[in-house]
Amino acid sequence: MGATLIIARRELGAYFATPLAYVFVLIFLMLSGVFTFYLGGFYERGQADLVAFFSFHPWLYLFLVPALAMRLWAEERKSGTIELLLTLPVTRWQAVLGKFLAAWLFTGLALALTFPLWITVNVLGSPDNGVILASYAGSWLMAAGFLAIGSCMSALTRNQVIAFILTVVVCFLFVLSGFPLVLDAVSGWAPRVLVDAIASMSFLTRFNAVARGVIGLQDLLFFVALAGVWLAATTVVIELKQAD
Amino acid sequence: MIEISQLAKNFGEIAAVRGIDFTVRPGDVLGFLGPNGAGKSTTMKMIAGFVTPSAGSVRVCGHDVQQDPRGAQRLIGYLPEGAPAWEEMAVLGFLRFIGAVRGVHGAECTRRVEDVIERMGLGGVRRQRIETLSKGYKRRVGLAQALLHDPRVLILDEPTDGLDPNQKHQVRELIRGLSGDKIVVISTHILEEVHAVCNRAIVIAGGRIVADGTPQELEARSRYHRAVHLHFSDRGADSDAAEARAALAALEAVSEVEVQAGGRRLVVVARPGANPLGAVARLVHDRGWLVDELHVERGRLDEVFRDITREVA
Repeated sequence: MGATLIIARRELGAYFATPLAYVFVLIFLMLSGVFTFYLGGFYERGQADLVAFFSFHPWLYLFLVPALAMRLWAEERKSGTIELLLTLPVTRWQAVLGKFLAAWLFTGLALALTFPLWITVNVLGSPDNGVILASYAGSWLMAAGFLAIGSCMSALTRNQVIAFILTVVVCFLFVLSGFPLVLDAVSGWAPRVLVDAIASMSFLTRFNAVARGVIGLQDLLFFVALAGVWLAATTVVIELKQAD
Repeated sequence: MIEISQLAKNFGEIAAVRGIDFTVRPGDVLGFLGPNGAGKSTTMKMIAGFVTPSAGSVRVCGHDVQQDPRGAQRLIGYLPEGAPAWEEMAVLGFLRFIGAVRGVHGAECTRRVEDVIERMGLGGVRRQRIETLSKGYKRRVGLAQALLHDPRVLILDEPTDGLDPNQKHQVRELIRGLSGDKIVVISTHILEEVHAVCNRAIVIAGGRIVADGTPQELEARSRYHRAVHLHFSDRGADSDAAEARAALAALEAVSEVEVQAGGRRLVVVARPGANPLGAVARLVHDRGWLVDELHVERGRLDEVFRDITREVA
């Protein structure tokens, strides 16, 4: 087993060694229920699908994922264990990826625990289960994007609260980057290409298609690439901090 | 072998380490001494590959820590300052994790973990979470972690800090008991420790090396090196002490005689390079002074330490 997986396993174990895992999963399930039934109008829609459930995921992740990601590196720095971890014979990339994988698998678990909803729609009607599965995969990939941003923000500071706030702000910009709130700020001076590029980064635009079951490979690759870039940025931040 | 050349580290405007050079050979137990903030920990962090040097290089058994950090880190057992550990883990799980990351698996991992648990006396707490342990136990968990893969190089930042006298003794015994082909670097500000375990001491102050030698050589720099203490018995006359003071001060090997304990204790300070013991003993015998205590000092490391580090600071 590679060092990445050994680190991921230790990290995942740490979630369950504290109340963190249980509190997170509980809140995640409660909030996704609230979003689906009250805001999404699951019953009122009268359709056997999970669009009401998935369309709120960007907003759900906006606050819950930073809460999970804020401790990734800030806590290691605060407690000094970062020194232990980075003086073991592992590369920074292995450490970054291992810790990220643990957090990502954990969000995957939280997501999987929403399965009663899937059972419910199957009891009430006959949904397209392929679409639901694809939406789950899309949602999980979007979580990877949020987590990778959080990982980088967490590496910047030893203070978890700062890491949380920075992550929420950056994620918020990404969620809304296709909307006037963000675009108006740049469209006045930036070239058209840049404005289009920023617009194409929008989590919300990308994910709305995914939530409706229109899964474009582009959208999935977008989240994978985004996660990759932010994780690479995390290793750079850690390296710069070591030289600081 | 650890080869350090022109190693320097700046934190912004502050120069923590200002170009130090030294080499440590297999079999050396090097004591790294210095006041707090002298650059001891920073140097150790650079050897272990945690802090990137601003200039200079560190080579550990041929592996440049900058170019090939993994190669160097495989050979090093490192106890960071304060012995950090993932507190929510149990001792056993923590050590097994370190073993796994270091590429020790299966039965071999179990054997080594049991071995360090035994050597560090952690048997009673093996299933306890690290956060519930006392400071002394935490330190020993950190040491166990550093020793687990039987490294050729041990870098221990304040290994006995927070331990009680028995535990300190145990850790020193352990360091002494390491086989003679290992390289051990320990930082400490406990000077007796240098005496107890090190065969070489480097004193660093203000980011520079200010002394490098055996503990005996450092002691020889003390004003009290080979000083002879005499205590006059209560049964003797006070005049004895007064007479002795003048007689002793007249000896060739003596630079000064200090008076303590109301005149009953004399400290005969040697001239540099001289040994006054023989002459003093003869004098005591010839004059028939009633002396109930006579001993020779090796030198006061703490005083030497203060002298050489104060000049810099």
